[in-house]
Amino acid sequence: MIEFHHVQKTYRVSGRDVPALQSTDLRIEQGQVFGLIGHSGAGKSTLLRLINRLEEPSGGRIAIDGEDVTALDANGLRRFRRQVGMIFQHFNLLSAKTVAANVAMPLELAGELSRAEIAQRVTELLARVGLSDHANKYPAQLSGGQKQRVGIARALATRPKILLCDEATSALDPQTTAQVLQLLAEINRELGLTIVLITHEMDVIRRVCDQVAVMDGGRIVEQGPVAQVFLHPQHDTTRRFVLEDEQIDEGEQRDDFAHVEGRILRLTFQGEATYAPLLGTVARETGVDYSILAGRIDRIKDTPYGQLTLALTGGDIDAALARFQAADVHLEVLR
Amino acid sequence: MLEQLLANWLPNVDWEEIGYASLDTLNMLGGATLFTVLLGLPLGVLLFLTGPRQMFEQRALYAVLSLVVNVLRSVPFVILLILMIPLTVLITGTSLGVAGAIPPLVVGATPFFARLVETALREVDRGIIEATQAMGATTLQIIFRALLPEALPGLIAATTVTAITLVSYTAMSGLIGGGGLGDLAVRYGYQRYQPDVMAVTVILLLVLVQVLQMVGDRLVIHFSRK
Repeated sequence: MIEFHHVQKTYRVSGRDVPALQSTDLRIEQGQVFGLIGHSGAGKSTLLRLINRLEEPSGGRIAIDGEDVTALDANGLRRFRRQVGMIFQHFNLLSAKTVAANVAMPLELAGELSRAEIAQRVTELLARVGLSDHANKYPAQLSGGQKQRVGIARALATRPKILLCDEATSALDPQTTAQVLQLLAEINRELGLTIVLITHEMDVIRRVCDQVAVMDGGRIVEQGPVAQVFLHPQHDTTRRFVLEDEQIDEGEQRDDFAHVEGRILRLTFQGEATYAPLLGTVARETGVDYSILAGRIDRIKDTPYGQLTLALTGGDIDAALARFQAADVHLEVLR
Repeated sequence: MLEQLLANWLPNVDWEEIGYASLDTLNMLGGATLFTVLLGLPLGVLLFLTGPRQMFEQRALYAVLSLVVNVLRSVPFVILLILMIPLTVLITGTSLGVAGAIPPLVVGATPFFARLVETALREVDRGIIEATQAMGATTLQIIFRALLPEALPGLIAATTVTAITLVSYTAMSGLIGGGGLGDLAVRYGYQRYQPDVMAVTVILLLVLVQVLQMVGDRLVIHFSRK
């Protein structure tokens, strides 16, 4: 479990204090995939680097499994960092070392295992990330996705309990991104390690995260389970991320709706309800007609969801609304 | 027949003397390069680490080191040779010959090499240092396991450039009795006006520089993995 108690960070830039992270309280449970989303400069990278103290906090306390890591001395910090793996946007592999040597590096630095034990662990790790055939290649000979797999294998070498991902898929194409995210989800499931990832892409959050925190201007503006935060965004920043992701222009949408008659409402389904034939049933029972103005059926991690914007005309609209309200869906009346 | 030809074309060239002078040049070059690297590498690493926005930023120390390096680099080598004589005698017991030439060569080349080392280290991606830190590496591990291996091609190139600069410095050290090919060129080629000796020494120096550059370039390519 990772806990932030009033943690804050300010940088001194040419004699002035510039806040990068305002006083923040945060709690990330063991085994969770926790996403931090925000635009560049929102403070998410600072927050991530505070966890393994690549950034020193200017104030506050960070506890990992109850241990105050802000108080660790240099030796303690090095030992602690071995329990925290990290992967990067630009992979940060050593170009002069082979794939196998890169993966072996954290183990060699720790100096606790024999040469044979290290070799065996490296073989194991490369098999896990599907790179057994590339052990003796150099990073420059690999594709982006393969390089990130090496990064993941290297981060897992010392059997950490936390994995930090710094925009780990931002330099990858969509297909490779999906594969890397799948690997991360698999690792989280099988090893039970906590993953904290930062991204500016909604899609990354939706695919792998359990919890999400939205950051803006050096603070967390909204936080909660991914489905709740993204299906019912409260803060403007969150709403903008959702709209961007769905490629909706709010102004355009308002103009479109102006031409539509009747009541406009938005239904949000989650889980099994997504596949229930609710619309047809309600329309038959109450005699309303519906037209679908916008909609999306997708998954958030493993949970299916649907979000439909409807216009209702004719029939008994109030009865229809009551039926929707009674069903296992979330109803918002937009007009 | 070849002997006849050489004797006709290059009447003043004493090949035995050329041989000894070449050997002296190689000895001076080898010794000076070795000590320059031994002193300049740590100095370059220190310059890098204490430099602006680096791991151990130390404004005052960096300013002092930087000033010393700049002062030494701005003294013309010919003058440094003369200034160094008392110190050289203190270190090696003589200011003449190969032994007398090496200290001024090292003092002249070390600041230059240290700057090249600093530049080569700055070329290493900061992300690699950050990743190594995140693995729980000690400072020494970061330097020896990440920084220096990643900068190796740059460091080899820096050594090549320094060695070639040292070739021309060895020639100058002939002025204070340093020996070697440069000395031969000055004493026979210039002072006794024997252009054939001058030509032979210049060609040998040219070949030496060519070989150094070629070997250096090969090594850089061999160790580059990018």
